[in-house]
Amino acid sequence: MREFRYEKAIDPAGAVALLTGEPEGAYLGGGTNLVDLMRLGVATPDVLVDVRQLTSTEVEDLPDGGLRIGAAVPNADLAAEPRVRERYPLLAQALLAGASGQLRNRATTGGNLLQRTRCTYFTDTTMPCNKRDAGSGCGAVEGLHRNLAVLGATHEGPTSPHTCIATHPSDMVVALRALDASVRVLGADGERTVPIAELHRLPGDDPARDTTLAHGELITAIDVPALPWATRSRYRKVRDRASYAFALVSVAAALDLDGSTVRDVRIALGGVAHKPWRATVAEDALRGGPATEAAFAAAAEAELAAAAPLADNAFKVPMATNMITRTLVQLAEARA
Amino acid sequence: MTATTERAVGSDVRRIDGPAKVRGLAPYAYEHEVDGSAVFVALVQSTVAKGRITSIDVSAAQAVPGVLAVLTHEDAPRLGDVAEELLVLQSDRVQYAGQPVAVVVAETSEVARDAVGRVVVRYDAQRPDVDLRADRDDLYPPEKLMGGFETDSVIGDVDAALAAAPVSVDVTYETPNEHNNPIEMHATVARWDGDVLRMWDANQGPHNLVPVITEAFGITADQLHITSPYVGGAFGSKAFTHVHQLIAGMAAKVTGRTVKVELTRQQMFSLVGHRTPTIQRLRLGALPDGTMTAISHEVVEHTSQNAEFAEQTATATRLMYAAPARRTTHRLAKLDVPAPTIMRAPGEAPGMYALESAVDELAEALGMDPVELRLRNEPERDPERDVPWSTRNLVACLRQGAERFGWADRDPRPGVRADGRWLVGTGVAASTYPTRRRPSQARIEAVPGKPFVVSIDASDIGTGAWTALTQIAADALGVPMDDVDLRIGDSRLPKASGAGGSTGITSWGPAIIAAAQELRDREVPPGGLTVTGSSGPGDEAEQYSSHAFGAHFAEVRVDRDSGEVRVPRMTAVFAAGRIINPTTARSQFLGGMTMGLSMALHEEAVLDATHGHYANHDLAEYHVATNADVGEVDISWVDEVDELHNPLGAKGIGEVGIVGSAAAIGNAYAHATGRRVRDLPLTPDKFFR
Repeated sequence: MREFRYEKAIDPAGAVALLTGEPEGAYLGGGTNLVDLMRLGVATPDVLVDVRQLTSTEVEDLPDGGLRIGAAVPNADLAAEPRVRERYPLLAQALLAGASGQLRNRATTGGNLLQRTRCTYFTDTTMPCNKRDAGSGCGAVEGLHRNLAVLGATHEGPTSPHTCIATHPSDMVVALRALDASVRVLGADGERTVPIAELHRLPGDDPARDTTLAHGELITAIDVPALPWATRSRYRKVRDRASYAFALVSVAAALDLDGSTVRDVRIALGGVAHKPWRATVAEDALRGGPATEAAFAAAAEAELAAAAPLADNAFKVPMATNMITRTLVQLAEARA
Repeated sequence: MTATTERAVGSDVRRIDGPAKVRGLAPYAYEHEVDGSAVFVALVQSTVAKGRITSIDVSAAQAVPGVLAVLTHEDAPRLGDVAEELLVLQSDRVQYAGQPVAVVVAETSEVARDAVGRVVVRYDAQRPDVDLRADRDDLYPPEKLMGGFETDSVIGDVDAALAAAPVSVDVTYETPNEHNNPIEMHATVARWDGDVLRMWDANQGPHNLVPVITEAFGITADQLHITSPYVGGAFGSKAFTHVHQLIAGMAAKVTGRTVKVELTRQQMFSLVGHRTPTIQRLRLGALPDGTMTAISHEVVEHTSQNAEFAEQTATATRLMYAAPARRTTHRLAKLDVPAPTIMRAPGEAPGMYALESAVDELAEALGMDPVELRLRNEPERDPERDVPWSTRNLVACLRQGAERFGWADRDPRPGVRADGRWLVGTGVAASTYPTRRRPSQARIEAVPGKPFVVSIDASDIGTGAWTALTQIAADALGVPMDDVDLRIGDSRLPKASGAGGSTGITSWGPAIIAAAQELRDREVPPGGLTVTGSSGPGDEAEQYSSHAFGAHFAEVRVDRDSGEVRVPRMTAVFAAGRIINPTTARSQFLGGMTMGLSMALHEEAVLDATHGHYANHDLAEYHVATNADVGEVDISWVDEVDELHNPLGAKGIGEVGIVGSAAAIGNAYAHATGRRVRDLPLTPDKFFR
């Protein structure tokens, strides 16, 4: 563990200015992930800029019927927020499927988006990991990878500087991906809006980078656009025990039916990739087609056709296929 | 003294240590402030599992302000003649991943941890061998098993009996590496007062540590004082001396300060032992009416380069069921892993998982109810030792359990019940655990008008011993519990056995009773009177076979889409001798059953084949059961008093709860799904094989 300074700014712009001038610094939100990583020596910031009281803790209505969620809203509050529960059941369910009550009280919405992978080779500084120690290789591909990525991973062998099969651990972000949320970001050059699809990235040839944010950029809020038919939505998480475990596979889905025809559908997967995985292949296959179990299963299989699993995580392919199918069946059977 | 006037034993007494614990007033090892000027230890651990240290550069670490000392194998104090696994910082040899290779002592724990990252260690490393397989050509029979059991046992011609059996099963079950995860991490506070080593330590009995620590530091027992009044769980991981206790003594010696060592959760996976993985081949033969004709149980398990730890995995198979031809064997692979240790019901927990699963498969092959099959093969005497049981009430447990669980209406066909998307099944398994007692001594100081001071170096690792021993002492003295002032957990108290092997009550209770009997016919003079008593194993160990028994029933649901497993209800009935305190006894059974559920569904430490370390070495990735995993649990016991074994008529209850519970769940899983998963844990991925 490295010694660090603790700083507070008076406003978000001040925080951005502070951190932009500190190349090895980091923002501190709820600290539920960062502090653990600091204790493990995985994160070694020399300064922490506390932003917990700088961004909003409010959930506001947007003119289109959507919601703007302040970056400092605790996960527990967001899960309990009546408008979230009413308009976006999948988001409330995803939040409650994550972590524990104590952690949800402490964790912030903005911080939740920026969680690091729980790959055990990333969290152990004695092991090779291209994400933690660029160029050191990947211990997971020939080691413990039962809960790592099957989609969009980079696998060029254990010694390649590109190999990374990490997964993104957040549940909330899977729901936000299905909802096409966008992230409001403040940087040294002002504010910008990043579609959530463009916030997280695949490892590609640079697995050290989780997101497209520049150093010093601060998430101030998350906008969730209106989606009236998201009232028929669901988050289903499969994990190794009944609570308090990261997803093996999760599905966030919303279904818009016109009689027995799929008018529109949103599907995102967690636990399968370096970022929340939007199942666009399955969505495209389903839109305008019949809302039947056979059609759902065929679409799920088409989505997972791109999977490239390893020996010990191959189960995620049939598991994800089943969970997409079952979740859509349940949504189709549910009354809107 | 008069005879007992009021019985505390058998009544529902709340934990007498409970109020202090919930108020934070019960000091655990690390919380002993001592003189307020303690310094802190952090460990540099080997990043390789096999090889030699070629250089260690400690200069950067030593330069950190606040660092008092950095110890390595080059300059650490030399230790005496202790077991190889304990020879920490004594040579350049690395025998397992995570082995301590340097120790930093600093004014604060933060400085110590910072300095650890600045020690540069270079290794000449070799690829470790951590792969346990039954077809290895270097498996060997250990001389003896832990507990002094014979490595193998053979009666009759097993192979011929198996070949001749009209019905048989031949199945291989596997259990993984498992780790004890008590809430309290291992911790030691140590200080040298001249040539006396003073320790405040988390362990399962201070006297357990005395032989090793005195030998390590070349001191006498009088020069060692260990205090351990409260311990936050152990399960076996705190039974023996581990390297951190020696490190504490060394660091205190070098710095001349009071030193605090607390292992991190991650460090516990390499430094305080684990349960060996097992590969168990079970072959059972039977007549069409279910009478067993042959039982063969062959075990392959691992030990480490630096220790021979031979878990007694198949010993329960030697006594569970009658059969004329029988065989048990144990073979070890010596691997580049940390030394294994004991974990709640070592031997019985993995061994009975395999046996009781195989018995279920035999029932299926016979088309016979698995409860009935067990009843049919109940042995009248210990089938291998050929001695009578002191008490054996497995039949009553099975019958009462079946009644309470509602077993009678069970449809034996596997894979045919569903509730929505859930596949539903039920399973049964038997349990057993040896009843033993170990030498222990107690002292009672009587002063007119004051509570009796009852002293014994017993240990309460969360079991309720504080309360149960006070109840026993009160009855033995014929006084209310308030008139007993119990003192335990200190090496200066009369020597007693450690808290392990479910022997606490059967060992300590009779010692206290013996001391109390010394007072019974005596007048206590105004100046007070001190008496002692002792107890230990007697002829009963040779004359009888003494064991606790139990029967587990479980309902399991498996999600046909996800493979998730749920256990909505468990029923268990135990025959475990006289129950001293129903409240704390139920907690022991419940804890054992929960740990068995955790073993069935969750627990597995994964060894990385390349690096030789336990890859999932924290509680985020090594899963233990949460509250949400435990459903309705119905616990009861049959009336049983085993006075042939000990004067209390008690048996141990700490371990019989875990034994067999994983098998009941595994059998219910097979009944639900129609598929046998023969390697624990039953994680969702295995549904997709």
